[in-house]
Amino acid sequence: MASAPSKLYADDVSLLMVLLDTNPLFWSTSSLPFSNFLSHVLSFLNSILLLNQLNQVAVIATGYNSCDYIFDSSVSTSRGLENGRMPALCSNLLQKLEEFVVRDEQLCKEGSENGLASSLLSGSLSMALCYIQKIFRSGPLHPQPRILCLQGSSDGPEQYVAIMNAIFSAQRSMVPIDSCYLGSNNSAFLQQASYITGGVYLKPQQPDGLFQYLSTVFATDLHSRTFLQLPKSVGVDFRASCFCHKKTIDMGYICSVCLSIFCKHHKKCSTCGN
Amino acid sequence: MSSGEVIKRAKYKTSVKDPGTPGVLKMTEQKFLFNPNDPSSVTKLDVEFAHIKGHKHTKEGSNKPPWLNLTHDQGGSYIFEFQSFADLHVYREFVGNALAKSGEAAKAASTAKVTSSTKVASEKSAVSFPDEQLSTAEMELRMNLLREDSELQKLHKQFVIGGVLTESEFWATRKKLLDVDNRGKLKQRVGFKSTMILDTKPMADGRTNKVTFNLTPEIKYQIFVLKPAVHQAFLNLVPSKMTEKDFWTKYFRAEYLHSTKNAITVAAEAAEDEELAIFLKEDNILAREARRKIRRVDPTLDMEADLGDDYTHLPDHGIFRDGTKEISETQHEQYMRTLSQDLNRQGAVVLEGRTVDVDLEDPRTVAEALVRSRQELDGDKTQERLDRLSRMTDIEDLREPLDHPFAPLCIKDPRDYFDAQQANALKTLDDARNKMEQTKRNLSIDEAYGSLRDSISKIKTMGLSDPIVKPEVALSVLNGLTQNISSSKFQLGKNSRESILDGLPNTTKHELMHHWMSIQELLRHFWSSYPITTTSLHTKVSRLKDAMSQTYRQLEEIKESVQSDFRHKVSLLVRPMHQALDAAFQHYDADQQKRSSKGEPLNGFV
Repeated sequence: MASAPSKLYADDVSLLMVLLDTNPLFWSTSSLPFSNFLSHVLSFLNSILLLNQLNQVAVIATGYNSCDYIFDSSVSTSRGLENGRMPALCSNLLQKLEEFVVRDEQLCKEGSENGLASSLLSGSLSMALCYIQKIFRSGPLHPQPRILCLQGSSDGPEQYVAIMNAIFSAQRSMVPIDSCYLGSNNSAFLQQASYITGGVYLKPQQPDGLFQYLSTVFATDLHSRTFLQLPKSVGVDFRASCFCHKKTIDMGYICSVCLSIFCKHHKKCSTCGN
Repeated sequence: MSSGEVIKRAKYKTSVKDPGTPGVLKMTEQKFLFNPNDPSSVTKLDVEFAHIKGHKHTKEGSNKPPWLNLTHDQGGSYIFEFQSFADLHVYREFVGNALAKSGEAAKAASTAKVTSSTKVASEKSAVSFPDEQLSTAEMELRMNLLREDSELQKLHKQFVIGGVLTESEFWATRKKLLDVDNRGKLKQRVGFKSTMILDTKPMADGRTNKVTFNLTPEIKYQIFVLKPAVHQAFLNLVPSKMTEKDFWTKYFRAEYLHSTKNAITVAAEAAEDEELAIFLKEDNILAREARRKIRRVDPTLDMEADLGDDYTHLPDHGIFRDGTKEISETQHEQYMRTLSQDLNRQGAVVLEGRTVDVDLEDPRTVAEALVRSRQELDGDKTQERLDRLSRMTDIEDLREPLDHPFAPLCIKDPRDYFDAQQANALKTLDDARNKMEQTKRNLSIDEAYGSLRDSISKIKTMGLSDPIVKPEVALSVLNGLTQNISSSKFQLGKNSRESILDGLPNTTKHELMHHWMSIQELLRHFWSSYPITTTSLHTKVSRLKDAMSQTYRQLEEIKESVQSDFRHKVSLLVRPMHQALDAAFQHYDADQQKRSSKGEPLNGFV
């Protein structure tokens, strides 16, 4: 039966990894309420699955203290809580999301409350990339993966190294990282991610129309993107953060051996020891 | 002609066919007068040589009578017929001298005129010259540069004549241009021709049995350098024992004898004439020097040499000048020269170059100068060698031109590299927000989680909203996106062959380019004047600032005056200029604030 699936397999089959930002501190102060946000996202996921029978979607929640898979369309579940108001997939997702938030809150009680309100983007990126690698090894016919980050909280400079590593491995695997940033200012990390991997970075001017943005810009598969003109960002903020204090810096010192960035002059590089 | 005037009979003709009026022609150094014999005739002439352009005359051997034709600078000519060619020659010389003198006077007058005109021009073009003494050569160079480069001229006119920059400041940044002319002068030290005297052959006149040698001061110099024995003889014999002419006659006689290659006649003649013998014998001085050099080889030569290399005295050595191999008779050996010796000597002299820079006219002075230089050489051996070394290794005209070691000032916008300004704004905003949030957070991290969970349950109960997005909102989003995508900023750079500037009308293009050049110039001077340490810099900076604000306004006007199609493109072009000017203004204002906040001025700063 290899021929039949290959006939069905078109260029535009895609696997979409959605990284959902569930940082409570951001959502409590956001202009767009979390429930509206969720409705936009759920409708969007539905439409993705409608575009092609073989499309796959996986959702990872980026929490304050942890990240976890919330939804996977390739995993068929029998727990179809069809209550007439929403399709089954939504209820599954929401259920899992609620459980995740509870777990995340429990983790929070042990941790401290210092630092900026940033979510663990690096963790969810890494998980997404691992999932994609699994898909790559699933056989000759696999959908084309891409990652969509729905992020609202600001960048945590302490995650700079991990995020950059993830970005470069995505670049190497040719997985574009799209980002839709809902926060107030621009996110340097996401801009760099989209720039380097060839994805689209968008900061919606009207958060009420989020679904329109998602379906116009982010719904197209990779093959069709070659025919479309998607919004390009005018400038990219290429600032890095230093490895010692995790501060964002414009100018600093670099180790000539391993290219680690420091804000102050160090006699010995902490990364490679030179 | 020591007398200042010539008076002779002559006939004056207005044209060739004219029979001519007889009379007396009197010439002085400034003018000539002609008085006809017949007092009633009208043809009197009184013409100054200043008005005479040139003169022609008929040749002696031709059949024409002796005529002298003086051409007037307004086109006419005066023809005088003389009684004999001798008279003609006398007059001709006189006229030649007089014209030469008047020519010099005229030249002097014209140079005076030239310098005064440049002075006038310079006064017109310069605003103030109190601090600079410029030679006329430099002035001319600057005017040439301005004439050639119209851009430079425009800038010059705008700034120097407009009073924004002084002349010296304007040219201070263009040292490279001014230096160009200096390199035109040849710094080469011209040496000897490598053929030297060996290629000058005497002229032999078979009929009269005479052999003529040509002798110029240059050749004399070369002979002195080539043959030190001749040089020594010259110093000894002239002028005490024989005149120069005799000396050279003997020398050339010797040369001629050599060229006959008849060693026996050479020996015979040498026996007869002692002085001739000097020229015919081997050059002792050379031989001594050669022996000395063999013993101690010049380090620039870098070859191992010893007495065994002295091959010139081996038998059967050397190609004789006529190519025949004559077995030499030892008694006459000293009267023979070998080609290899000559060549070696010639080569050595040519490579050494001119060691003496003396006027070649008087051979006596040349000879003495050579002796002096040789004596100096004999003095300090090591020093001499070091000097030679340094002279050989330092070939000035082969060196690269000395470029002023500086990197040109390149004013770039930091916003090109980072969204630095935006980031700074962001940073402050972020910090403010984070402070706000922190206060919020410390109160409500539990509440935040609670609200999150509430939202989830809310949507679970309520379901997805219907419609998901309001139609108006969706429409506005779509419009916004498409406008964003289709705006020209994304079209730029697509077609590499087409540039924005070409799409603009010509006048706008030229205006913008000119503004760009003037802004660069202004900014260069502005940024180089900081930090302000003297009052002159302060005034300069304020002048520059006024000029910059004027340019700013002009740019705004351009933006507004342009058609709507091009407005966006023009604003894109104008934006970096505005940004650069803004940065400069900001710096100026910040500096002013600092200064005023310092309170009392220190040390007489304004």
